[in-house]
Amino acid sequence: MLQQTIRQQLLAIVGSDFYKDDPQSLVTHSYDGTPMLQALPDGVIYPANTEQVSAIMKVLNTHRIPVIGRGSGTNLCGGTVPVEGGIVMVMHRMNRILEVDLENLVAVVQPGMITKAFIAHVESLGLFYPPDPSSMAISTIGGNIAECSGGLRGLKYGTTKDYVLGLEAVLASGEIIRTGGKLMKDVAGYDLTKLLVGSEGTLAIITEATLKLVPPPKFKKTMLAMYKDLYGAARTVSKIIENRIIPSTLEFLDNATVRVVDDFAKLGLPLDMEAILLIEQDGEPEMVERDIARIEEICRSEQAHSVSVAESAEEALKLLTARRSAFTALARLRPTTILEDATVPRSKIAEMVLEINRIAQKHQVTICTFGHAGDGNLHPTATTDARDQEEIHRVEAAFEEIFEAAIRLGGTITGEHGVGLVKSPYLEWKVGPAGIEVMKAVKQAFDPHQLLNPGKIFAKQSRKRVVLQHG
Amino acid sequence: MRCGFCLPACPTFRETGIEAESPRGRIALMKAVTDGLMLPDQSFEEQMSHCLGCRACEPACPADVKYGQLIEQTREAIEEHTDSHRWWVKPLRQVVFKQLFPHQKRVRLLGGAMQLYQQSGLRKLARSSGVMKLLPAHLGEMEKVLPDASSKGIVQKIGSHHPAKGMKIATVGMFRGCLMDMLFTETNIKTVELLTEAGFEVIIPDTQACCGALHAHSGETEDARLLARRNIAAFQAAGVDYIVSNAGGCGAILTEYDHLLHEDEQWREGAVWLAKRVVDISDLLIRSGKLAAAQAKEQPIRITYQDSCHLRNVMRSADAPRKLLREVSGAEYVEMFEADRCCGSAGTYNIVQPELAAGLLEHKMEHANATKAHYLLTSNPGCLLQMKLGVAKHGDGQMQVQHIVDFLHERLVHNSPETGQEQP
Repeated sequence: MLQQTIRQQLLAIVGSDFYKDDPQSLVTHSYDGTPMLQALPDGVIYPANTEQVSAIMKVLNTHRIPVIGRGSGTNLCGGTVPVEGGIVMVMHRMNRILEVDLENLVAVVQPGMITKAFIAHVESLGLFYPPDPSSMAISTIGGNIAECSGGLRGLKYGTTKDYVLGLEAVLASGEIIRTGGKLMKDVAGYDLTKLLVGSEGTLAIITEATLKLVPPPKFKKTMLAMYKDLYGAARTVSKIIENRIIPSTLEFLDNATVRVVDDFAKLGLPLDMEAILLIEQDGEPEMVERDIARIEEICRSEQAHSVSVAESAEEALKLLTARRSAFTALARLRPTTILEDATVPRSKIAEMVLEINRIAQKHQVTICTFGHAGDGNLHPTATTDARDQEEIHRVEAAFEEIFEAAIRLGGTITGEHGVGLVKSPYLEWKVGPAGIEVMKAVKQAFDPHQLLNPGKIFAKQSRKRVVLQHG
Repeated sequence: MRCGFCLPACPTFRETGIEAESPRGRIALMKAVTDGLMLPDQSFEEQMSHCLGCRACEPACPADVKYGQLIEQTREAIEEHTDSHRWWVKPLRQVVFKQLFPHQKRVRLLGGAMQLYQQSGLRKLARSSGVMKLLPAHLGEMEKVLPDASSKGIVQKIGSHHPAKGMKIATVGMFRGCLMDMLFTETNIKTVELLTEAGFEVIIPDTQACCGALHAHSGETEDARLLARRNIAAFQAAGVDYIVSNAGGCGAILTEYDHLLHEDEQWREGAVWLAKRVVDISDLLIRSGKLAAAQAKEQPIRITYQDSCHLRNVMRSADAPRKLLREVSGAEYVEMFEADRCCGSAGTYNIVQPELAAGLLEHKMEHANATKAHYLLTSNPGCLLQMKLGVAKHGDGQMQVQHIVDFLHERLVHNSPETGQEQP
């Protein structure tokens, strides 16, 4: 618990209902969506506006108390676990849409806004906000920005970073900065907007965001292609891109994932397929029809067992929603589900899938694979049991090799979940020692006392590369 | 698994926005107590009792986490150890859980006492004298919407055995319930008539007991098991193909007898036997397909439906009642926004957690009023009373609240020119 005087200062800012340090509040802010991680904070605070955030930061800065910004705690890299204690700052009360500017096609929102509710509102106005992380029913826009969330539409529409035009944020010192704005072009100095997106709460607390909206696609079609051969499905992905077709969604699910998803969503999918591709294209009707026909040809040329087009919008939505549940549904298999986020260039998808299977076999662990194959972003997911230490070590070893393989194939250690705590030992593999030094210098400029989300992104010790190769 | 998919489904999280008021939060608290990270103190007990037990988190959970079982185990452990109840709670619980509900005769006696109170002028006196004001406001409001109680249950009124009309499809045992039988005896009778009309032979074993739902949800698990055993014996002796329930809360626990008795070697098989046969009245009526589409008596009418959480989330029956209602000709079915969200009744929740329950009810009635329906229909006595209370407090005076059975019966059995005629 904090010293009484500091508690009093925080209570004076937010009122007695919105600063808590009872055991219940501490326990329920000691975790996020990441398995096997837990650490108690010293307190939990719920600010109502930017001024309060600024005042809170000034108090915490004076007393050198760490702060962890938090939305709904759905992230999967340990990004919001308070590993060094401190205050968890929950942004749920700052949850309003401040403005939808129909002339400039932008929206100004507070960070605690729930992503799905925001998307629904924007769509009711005839506009479109494409980033759609699987957790969007509960995740917040602020969390999406902090982690630079991706989603099923990332392939064609990009991810959160492509839609953030401007930010208001509070620095560790309590000072408020504004970056970007409602403008489409802006090269005045370093791009601090882009720097803050994906900074995982280590540079500033985001208090407001200006987001780009786009016209919605006029028409869309969703199809399922099923394969008895895993490699055929993976090759199809690379071939679609190679043929210069960019579907709006191109998802890959292996057999184990199909089984659990079907068990949850009761879709009646065939359970004897080695892999399923879920493909969606949107746009002008003629273009969609043409692309879908061409994709179907490609699927068949790669020995798809069957190809079918969803009959209704509801059926398509059901399929996409079911896919979004894949990570959680895999928890039906074993007590602990560890999901990772290796990403490779799209031409290497087939190779990567084979590598994952080879590595899983080598370490005798169960790894199911699904993911946004179209943008090279795979989610190899280990189903295991945290109580079996020996097995967990094998899982760790396997993942280390999977990251290694991803980098060897020209990929990265995380495509959309962020580094957080979990990937921090591997960051140097991707960015190199000089890259780490530059990042640390940036961190120093924003947060000289290391108060913002300490312990994340930068590991105390980097892992040695298993095999030395030229990435 | 801590993905948080349950959060948007949870009514108490929606009301408060606080992680501890969510299924993920509550499970984290349970685990923290088990791990010794925190003590099961009074605030922990309070948090566990804040949960409505509506189970909306379960269908929302891709990982298939059995939240209902976790909260029941936790409440059982709390009941065994707690000393934080106010002085009158323990004796009251003793009376209600051990002396009243397990004994159908006593439930009927209570029904008789209530009947006496309601009919003898005592109620008038109580209301006019201002005695009711001594009660907490929410109890006084509840008293006003209680229907007339009865000292006679369904078996006393119409007997145990009712042959099917026309070709018999199957034999069903009727679960009569406690509240249903005391406060809604007529609804129980109409349930039998709808069933026989639809081609089912109905047996109402008089040896059946209370379902035990209130006990199980309040942590009195051993008592719930006792009741379960009596029900299994009663329905097995009756030799029925189905056991039909017209109360979502009762039906749900009956389908979970297999879990309740999974460690009981002697009764395990019987529990599975019973759990497999339990079906809600709407599901059975739809399945038989022998009822004619109901005719609205008055036109034009507009109807809507409030889910019983346990019927929807545990028995997983949301389509059947809607299908039945959409088939009522001359009536327009309007889906209420968030009909799947708990109304706040939740067993004894509206009595023990009046503040949260009142908030939930207020939101519920906003959505109910927005439908502009003439009839708001439900499938569970607790929801039915809560909706009556809601209409009394927040309604526009136009909306009637009815059990789906009463609504359909009025339009099917009484309204058809030749009652009992088999449909082509």
